[in-house]
Amino acid sequence: MTMTMNRLSLKTEGDTHIVVTRRFAAPPEAVYRAHTDPKLVQKWLLGPEGWSMPVCICEARPGGRIRYEWAHEKKGSFHVTGEFLELEPYSRIVHVERMHLPDPTPDNHVETRFDADGTGTLMTMRMTLPDAKTRAAMLATGMERGMEASYVRLDSML
Amino acid sequence: MPNLNSAFAALADPTRRAILARLASGEASVMELAKPFEMTQPAISQHLKVLEEAGLIVRRVDGTKRPRRLAKAGIDAMDQWLAMLRKALEKNYDRLDEVLTTMQSDSERKKR
Repeated sequence: MTMTMNRLSLKTEGDTHIVVTRRFAAPPEAVYRAHTDPKLVQKWLLGPEGWSMPVCICEARPGGRIRYEWAHEKKGSFHVTGEFLELEPYSRIVHVERMHLPDPTPDNHVETRFDADGTGTLMTMRMTLPDAKTRAAMLATGMERGMEASYVRLDSML
Repeated sequence: MPNLNSAFAALADPTRRAILARLASGEASVMELAKPFEMTQPAISQHLKVLEEAGLIVRRVDGTKRPRRLAKAGIDAMDQWLAMLRKALEKNYDRLDEVLTTMQSDSERKKR
């Protein structure tokens, strides 16, 4: 099974970064395309079960717009907007994004790298939030193994 | 229902995380909570207030004392929310695996 090999890793770095890594069985070119072609993005960037993406604007060029709108039958809808800053086919994408809930959240600056890893790809997504508080609000610290709250809960069960 | 944003903001501070870790082993008075830190009681009280407003701890009245303990609902809600986020990312990339498989078989078909 490729389960272990493909396992998602999610950790914090310094005060304002979150780093996600994931391996894919396809070469960097394919993974890069799946991140920059709106027709492909629309197929996988959907989050939990039950959500669809009726609007997917993904203009993969420096200065190009990003707009993802998600909808759920019962839970309503929300959207993300952003802009592409740098694109290096097929190895690197830099963009900013913010969520509208409906007030915009602070900008999340995201660098996504696609490195050849055998016949596959190692993807490294590095998010930079404006400050520690924003990051904490977004994901909280130490999420790799379930983060503090889980530790706290675990401790209280021991 | 605790406010998740303020819960995560509350957790951004190492002193408040240490307070939560201490409370995980059981109820404690403000004095007991202040002891391990080189901090005045008002400073500790300020941290407790943040944790309380975030729905992570609750207080009890015991004579003149106000011992604090973990609020299970707050901790559980946050836990579930994080598990959900992680699951959402995992789900995305599992779907991306399928997209990549389809792309590969499409390009192989074109080559033939």
